[in-house]
Amino acid sequence: MFEFLGVPPQALFGQLLLGLINGSFYALLSLGLAVIFGMLNVINFAHGALYMVGAFTAWLMLQYLGIGYWPALILAPLVVGLFGIILEKTMLSRLYKLDHLYGLLLTFGLALILEGMFRHWYGASGQPYRIPDALQGGRNLGFMFLPNYRGWVVVASLVVCLGTWYAIERTRLGAYLRAATENPVLVQAFGINVPRMITLTYGFGVALAGFAGVLAAPIYQVNPLMGSNLIIVVFAVVVIGGMGSIMGAIVTGFALGLLEGLTKVFYPEASNIVVFVVMAVVLLIKPAGLFGRER
Amino acid sequence: MTTHTQTAQNKPPGSVTGGEGLLTGPVRTVLAAVLLVLLLAAPFALYPVFLMKVLCFALFACAFNLLIGFVGLLSFGHAAFFGGAAYISAHTVKVWGVTPEIGILLGTAFAAALGMVFGLLAIRRQGIYFAMITLALAQMIFFLALQMPFTGGEDGIQAVPRGRLFGVIDLTSPLAMYYTVLAIAVLGFLIIWRTVHSPFGQVLKAIRENEPRAISLGYRTEQYKLAAFVMSAALAGLAGATKAIVFQLATLTDVSWQMSGEVVLMTLLGGMGTLFGPVVGAALVVTLQNYLAATNLPVTVVIGAIFVVCVLVFRRGIVGELTRILKGSRG
Amino acid sequence: MLARILAAGAAFVALGVGAAQAQGVSGDVIKIGVLNDRSGLYADLGGEGSAVAARMAAEDHGGKVLGKPIEVVVADHQNKADIGSNITRQWIDQDNVDVIVDVPNSGVALAVQDITKQKGKIFLMQGPATSRLTGDACSPTGFHWAYDTHALAVGTGKAIVDAGGKKWFFLTADYAFGHQLEADTSAVVKANGGTVVGTVRHPLNTSDFSSFLLQAQSSGAQVIGLANAGGDTINSIKQASEFGITQSGQSLAGLLLFLSDVHALGLQVSQGLQLTTGFYWDMNAETRAWSEKYKAKTGKMPTMVQAGSYSSVRHYLKAVEAAGTDDGPTVAKKMKEMPVNDFFAKNGKILPNGRMVHDMYLARVKKPSESKGPWDYYQIISTIPGDQAFATLEKSGCPIKG
Repeated sequence: MFEFLGVPPQALFGQLLLGLINGSFYALLSLGLAVIFGMLNVINFAHGALYMVGAFTAWLMLQYLGIGYWPALILAPLVVGLFGIILEKTMLSRLYKLDHLYGLLLTFGLALILEGMFRHWYGASGQPYRIPDALQGGRNLGFMFLPNYRGWVVVASLVVCLGTWYAIERTRLGAYLRAATENPVLVQAFGINVPRMITLTYGFGVALAGFAGVLAAPIYQVNPLMGSNLIIVVFAVVVIGGMGSIMGAIVTGFALGLLEGLTKVFYPEASNIVVFVVMAVVLLIKPAGLFGRER
Repeated sequence: MTTHTQTAQNKPPGSVTGGEGLLTGPVRTVLAAVLLVLLLAAPFALYPVFLMKVLCFALFACAFNLLIGFVGLLSFGHAAFFGGAAYISAHTVKVWGVTPEIGILLGTAFAAALGMVFGLLAIRRQGIYFAMITLALAQMIFFLALQMPFTGGEDGIQAVPRGRLFGVIDLTSPLAMYYTVLAIAVLGFLIIWRTVHSPFGQVLKAIRENEPRAISLGYRTEQYKLAAFVMSAALAGLAGATKAIVFQLATLTDVSWQMSGEVVLMTLLGGMGTLFGPVVGAALVVTLQNYLAATNLPVTVVIGAIFVVCVLVFRRGIVGELTRILKGSRG
Repeated sequence: MLARILAAGAAFVALGVGAAQAQGVSGDVIKIGVLNDRSGLYADLGGEGSAVAARMAAEDHGGKVLGKPIEVVVADHQNKADIGSNITRQWIDQDNVDVIVDVPNSGVALAVQDITKQKGKIFLMQGPATSRLTGDACSPTGFHWAYDTHALAVGTGKAIVDAGGKKWFFLTADYAFGHQLEADTSAVVKANGGTVVGTVRHPLNTSDFSSFLLQAQSSGAQVIGLANAGGDTINSIKQASEFGITQSGQSLAGLLLFLSDVHALGLQVSQGLQLTTGFYWDMNAETRAWSEKYKAKTGKMPTMVQAGSYSSVRHYLKAVEAAGTDDGPTVAKKMKEMPVNDFFAKNGKILPNGRMVHDMYLARVKKPSESKGPWDYYQIISTIPGDQAFATLEKSGCPIKG
């Protein structure tokens, strides 16, 4: 049996698989950011907070309405998406004529409000959410024990990511969307309601964050601050991938999850900063990001 | 998908200018003198430690404003300079035993060097990317500050002696400390004022308004932007290093991303691109934090709400709006 | 203008003179300042609960001491040392606050300790963990009440090794607090005949612990010691249960865990966990009586921090009564002379460095089937005598001599 830098291959496979699971969350979140950015040119700072709201919505549904995990997986993203649509209609849409930095500042403020409110109501230590019965337990893969739920996370996130990619790159609706991004005036002239499209896009993007939140609820404590540190890492992921393509966001998300997993084996102390180091290196070599287009 | 291009109606936040046209010549000199006298007398009326905190944050916000207001670059990572310098000055004063002014200078120098590194990486991108890159780099500094042995992790560096300024003036006296901080803040403010009104500052404004045109006029805009960034970082460091001496501590708070957000808020609230706006904003935010600490209102919600209101209806900030009203009434 | 400045200056000097006076009650009121995290990570373990406990102590003392009213003021330090130290200075310099209570977060506590030491005011620490507060950073007027890192390490480390858990693996938060907890605990483990087979250090505020837990799982250790706190501990426990670590025979030892953490986790996930605590509500009639009273006001059972807040404030008020003054150093001396005897501590004594020595308890978290309902979480396994739990004055590293 060979060893790789002193780490047995079983452990390595195990860690890579775990990295892939974390990558699922990065991919889902950076995908949402990329979709929103593509259409609105806004970096949604509230993305992490909305991820948290998704998790909390699932918890609240279970706690007060008796709605379990599976319906919540659909309903919670819908709630978050609806909430996003309201935000877009009432606030964000007023800022499109201004510099895009105002969108960033607005969503930053929204993130603070959301986190502060949930912390005020539900405390900071978080609430427990049980793994659904169908996914309890786990299986022994030979090289590691994989909880069933984690396997499900990877599958669910891959399906959603690829589905989104297909919808945007391969369908008629997606074609309108891409066209509206390139030239909104022209698309409007063809009789398509571009403002509504923008609203729906924002709603869809944050619904993705809400979906990721529900997926995360049983793994992590449902905590008001669960999104605030994650979002900065996801920003770095987005910078590394570049805002060029939907696929770029997905691939970079998974890849950085893997990389982080490897770091946790070889030099765990650095696992929090490895993404930022990669970002610095990428910026030096390819300022527009790996999948981005230089303008 | 396109990244945004700057067009005429698409002005960067800083271009809501004001302040300069409002007060001219002798009026401004008189006002500045009155303000200075008030500041000199303030510690007898108000609590000195609170005033010093306001001054440190005012300088920090002014340094930040130099970048957003006069170059149009939004840095979301200024806490790295502020907190990094605080750590350096706290460490050098406490462990190496240098006098406070040397500690502050070393902290400032460190912030400038860090600003150089950040600047080289971030200046290649603009707008939102610039904000995200600075944020991510600052987060890296946060994790380093958490893990490096000399920073004391979550405890931070505590019980930093205030020592004697130039080896002579005993800073443990609140008044001596206050006037030292006041001198530093005024000095920092004068540097910023000079810079903004120099030919260098004019070029910066040209870049903010229309970078391609500035390039076509033969300015190497990247170098100008980098210089402004380093300067802003150094001044933010000056503020952080001074604060470390005043409070006798340096902790993770100063390098966290929330701190970067706070300085954005101070500047936004007071008025981006105005000279006095950041000072007003800093005073308000610090007062508010002190006030909210004793109430049951969740602080972050209030801060967030101010952010949202500012962005939606109050983009010029307090000083910016005042200037507009005064100008308007004059016809 | 000049006259006013001069007058203000004179007032300033007068203030300094006033503070030096050592008899009676300054400002004709005893002001208790509860300074803690009311909105963040530590809001549940201290927060408003500590303030409620302090008010209860004032009420139980009759609302008056030496004929002067007792007032409780509160503030949120937001886990920022500068805000904490600003409030402390202002409280002492301007608002006549006599004593500061709680202050979780070691970083803020160290800053407040520094100020109260300079100003000669009493500081009753409940929330902070680091034993440095009665070690190199000790103060003649600082009192560390509920627990500290030393007690946690000794309590959990020794008791578990004695019970047969000899092979340890540490999951350590990578900063000063985690390192200290790990070092203290592994010293105790080794001294008692155990071994440490491995350690992995994770960054603070990690959300995913699976890869660290995987390393712990494959290390062959019997016990996984969690040298972390707050959200990190909660997430590592939750994920350990997900990865079947406790089911496969390894046990978890939470080195710093509060009742509020267990409440947040739920018994399903936290069952079987061993931890050290300075107080549990369901120990005897006295603890139950007080805790029920507390619960009637807050809807929650008290953590050791909240119970300790009551105990320390009560002890402080008694000492003020006995000393006949609220002058910090005088009261501090009196507090150290008097034994602490209440529902929180039996025959507790205070060392010259400010350490309140009392018994600690090793507890195991109950299975859901064993629990009779909400807040019935701990089973007390053993009592760790105070003399064993806390460092002696000589070993503490505090320069103050008895």
